[in-house]
Amino acid sequence: MQRVFDGLAAGAVYAILALAIVVIFRASGLLNFAQGELAMFTTFIAWTLLDAGIPWWAATLLAMVIGFVIGAVLYRLLIVRLGGPSGNPLAIVIVTIGLFLILNDGAGIIWGSNPAKVPRVFGDGRVEILGAGIAVQVIGLLGVLAVLVIGFGLLFQRTKLGLALRAVTANQESAALAGVKVMTTLMIGWGLAAGIGALAGTFTASQNLGVDANMMQVALIYAFAAATLGGFDSPLGAVVGGLIIGLVSELVVGYVDIIGPDLRLLPGFVLVLVVLLVRPQGLFGSARVARA
Amino acid sequence: MSLLTVRGLRAGYGPVEVLDGLDLDVDAGEVVVVLGANGAGKTTTLRALSGMIPTHGTITLDGTDVAGRRPEDLVRLGVAHVPQGRGTFGELDVVENLRVGGFTRPAAEVAEDIERWLEMFPRLGERRHQSAGSMSGGEQQMLAIARALMSRPRLLLLDEPSLGLAPLVTQDVFDRISGINRELGTAVLVVEQNANLALAVANRGYVLETGRIVASGTATELAADDTVRRAYLGV
Ligand SMILES: Nc1ncnc2c1ncn2[C@@H]1O[C@H](COP(=O)(O)OP(=O)(O)OP(=O)(O)O)[C@@H](O)[C@H]1O
Ligand SMILES: [Mg+2]
Repeated sequence: MQRVFDGLAAGAVYAILALAIVVIFRASGLLNFAQGELAMFTTFIAWTLLDAGIPWWAATLLAMVIGFVIGAVLYRLLIVRLGGPSGNPLAIVIVTIGLFLILNDGAGIIWGSNPAKVPRVFGDGRVEILGAGIAVQVIGLLGVLAVLVIGFGLLFQRTKLGLALRAVTANQESAALAGVKVMTTLMIGWGLAAGIGALAGTFTASQNLGVDANMMQVALIYAFAAATLGGFDSPLGAVVGGLIIGLVSELVVGYVDIIGPDLRLLPGFVLVLVVLLVRPQGLFGSARVARA
Repeated sequence: MSLLTVRGLRAGYGPVEVLDGLDLDVDAGEVVVVLGANGAGKTTTLRALSGMIPTHGTITLDGTDVAGRRPEDLVRLGVAHVPQGRGTFGELDVVENLRVGGFTRPAAEVAEDIERWLEMFPRLGERRHQSAGSMSGGEQQMLAIARALMSRPRLLLLDEPSLGLAPLVTQDVFDRISGINRELGTAVLVVEQNANLALAVANRGYVLETGRIVASGTATELAADDTVRRAYLGV
């Protein structure tokens, strides 16, 4: 049982990052390789605010707002110039990789390369459930996840902004012809993704008890696996995928002797592979059916 | 009075000039067809009219100069465009496609119009929650037209609605277009290669060849014209 809780704890962090990936994918149709670094950068901002004596929730919210603005501005300044989702995909990939490096080095220069300490946002408390200890932190994280999944579900399915985001990713030209302000919609989409990235970063840092410039990289590999597992366009799928990857990694490493901690990435990826072979669109993803 | 007045319209893609000074008019409540072979510039004409590509020349809608306006703004002025290949949102279902179509309208009106079009197009009504991408070509064309009508346009631009459809389905699509024009008074500018059907529903028409208008007249005149008969009616 203890392993299950540990797995859930790790999984919750992958889940929140995977959610950020899914949001940007649904809101822009692009995979932004700088997403993780952007999250790291905004996490440093949150940490700076925290360090200045602002309570963690306010620091996190502020970092999310700053993330939103950075995401929107980045979209407006860089991606639009490259033609947006209809532009040259390779150019966009290269630009996002460039951004990745700039943010990574930038954070190193501004905040130094030593990890900064971050407290657990929900405190260090533990509660006993079914004879095993679970950190209050993990319960808090799961609660935040639930709120986010419901929130994004409502946003995409029930609001006009969500409809605009989905229309723009499905067919930019037709969306414009229907009167959707494509540029504004995509700016908001990128902002949202960067904002939730900031949240994911803060939680990752709080789970690792520290923030450093490279913290998002391994976590992101898991998150991509989680998003793929769940289906790239489903917020619920991302969260379930994240939790499953966390659980599987923890349980397999714990119970299968030949797979030690060095191979902890392996089980999750084998699982992703198997699921994709059976269901190419992922567990919760919508199959793209197209007819000429 | 003329709803759409186009004078000396030139447009193209980068250095490639496709339209070479087009003049055309659409009166309120009229159905006008532009006939042209592959590559004549039909799609380019509609793209220019709905602000999807840069243009030179004048485009007036109901007396207002609209040249250079973006598609988002033109919808709000009453122009709806059904692009070649239909342009439905494949991942969205029928109702969601219609909701996007009503993006510029108030919510209450959108709900009302969705019901109206689903009733008018029963094939869509039976498929409310089917994704557009999984529907047949004919169903998608109907959906694309209904989606355009959701914006309550004064002028409907249609790009080869018959493309890829079986003759019976094409006939049905043109009957619908004619019905919409009659019942709502929506003006229609349709570009086509299928001259038979298009001339049957149109009041007037133009013939477009390599970016120029080479003939114009009433539908009856064009249907009787020797060049048109040879090039587009296969007689
Ligand atoms: N995006 C583009 N870039 C460059 N040239 C283009 C582009 N789109 C069309 N053209 C060129 O413009 C000319 C007119 O094309 P257009 O699509 O307007 O023809 P059309 O009459 O609609 O033909 P069809 O019946 O095949 O749809 C063609 O010579 C075409 O090659
Ligand atoms: Mg065409």
